[in-house]
Amino acid sequence: MSKPKLLWLQSITCNGNTHSFLNHPELFSILAHFELIHHPVLESDYSFQEVIEGSVPCDVLILEGSFVQEGFLKAGVEVSSVIEHYAKRAKDIITVGTCATFGGIFKQKEPDKISGFAFDIEEKTARYKEYASKLISLPGCPIHPRWLSFVLLMITNGKKVEIDELHRPVELYGYTVHMGCTRNEYFEWKVDVKNFGLKEGCLFYEQGCQAPYTRGSCNKILWNDTSSKTRVGTPCFGCTEPSFPKTSLFTTKTNMGIPAKMPLGVPRRAYLTLTGVTKSFKIKRFSERLLEYDK
Amino acid sequence: MKISEKKALKRESILQTALQLFATQGFHKTTIPDIAGKLKMSVGNLYNYFSSKDILAQEIIKYTSESLGEKIREVNDTDASAEEKIHQIVTIYFTMAKEKPEMIEYFLRVYLSNREVFSDGCEGMICVSGFITEIMVFFDDGVSSGELRNQDFFSAFGLFMGYLGGMVFLKGEEVLPQEIEFYIDDISRNIYNALKA
Repeated sequence: MSKPKLLWLQSITCNGNTHSFLNHPELFSILAHFELIHHPVLESDYSFQEVIEGSVPCDVLILEGSFVQEGFLKAGVEVSSVIEHYAKRAKDIITVGTCATFGGIFKQKEPDKISGFAFDIEEKTARYKEYASKLISLPGCPIHPRWLSFVLLMITNGKKVEIDELHRPVELYGYTVHMGCTRNEYFEWKVDVKNFGLKEGCLFYEQGCQAPYTRGSCNKILWNDTSSKTRVGTPCFGCTEPSFPKTSLFTTKTNMGIPAKMPLGVPRRAYLTLTGVTKSFKIKRFSERLLEYDK
Repeated sequence: MKISEKKALKRESILQTALQLFATQGFHKTTIPDIAGKLKMSVGNLYNYFSSKDILAQEIIKYTSESLGEKIREVNDTDASAEEKIHQIVTIYFTMAKEKPEMIEYFLRVYLSNREVFSDGCEGMICVSGFITEIMVFFDDGVSSGELRNQDFFSAFGLFMGYLGGMVFLKGEEVLPQEIEFYIDDISRNIYNALKA
């Protein structure tokens, strides 16, 4: 049986997702399930010249980078026309990264013109309808390499990838980044982190962490199979969200001390009631250094 | 009426009676037999509802806090401006102080004055969270809409509730030359001026 033909195309991009995927420990065994038609940096069967002529085959199309309908050319050809040519022929389209999915960082240059492939932030673009039936969104800046391998292996095994309304696989984005964070106990007891580099304390209250309302599995599928931003003490920047990027990433916006944005799906009164209760207690273990508590 | 509803009504009447007695006679001078006697119920039966005087005292503070919180929630759920909401909250508080003085008196003269009774079970804000939560919602909305200045919660909370509590305390001491509602407009304006952006 012939392998699915994989074509990786880029639009306006920093190559972040290309490079992130190269970190996959099993990169080549995953790619071995596919015939690599063209890839921005890896050796592949066809030249870019052949790609822009529209003559190469394509079953699985991976798109990276923000989109603009006119004005972004490669080798004298509108990139959008090349992408739409193959998008029509592909059986599956995967947008990798927040730029390709929602517009992301590069949308900031010309917010009115630049968008994601099928979504402009959360709004559907004009091309959405045509491609919706075969579209999978993998937002992230960049994506985790295992998020892409999960989707690729599901496809190559003929399995259906369950998705949400923004076409994100629920297996990956049904979680919040908060789930699995090693600082969860500090969140529960409303203990702020006191400084950078500390293992103790939650980053949600002062340091700008967006993990409680950001979808993603960063604390379930660890980065470099080792750790995550929040575990090492950097706030989650919400890079998988349609609203990415925001500003003031190291500061939590509060209204009289109350976080301006609540954890995903949590009613404000429920959150505030719980906060009032937990803040009424001072738990000794949470006020001490982790590694010194039992000494 | 179901048995559970009847019990809930009885429970509430115990809370209200005890609240009145605690607020007027003082917590320590009021006994469980006093409360049972006023309700014409047996002491033993009262203990079926509340296992000790301390627990009864704690349930009363939750009850008054929730009852005040519900009224403030109605204000929070409207589209009124922060300035109007302040006026409405002050009105609610002072009206309660006038019509159900025992509610506020209980807070000031029992809850705040007998901390040992509340130290196990009503730590910090636990038993007053029904009320505190609505004040938080009010502040959050006020800052979000740009009407109130963003600041530390407690500096704003202390200004607002300390002021109201102080006035009701003065009323209880009978040193206010005017009826409490006389002060609603001025006090609302003062609070708004202090909190506005």
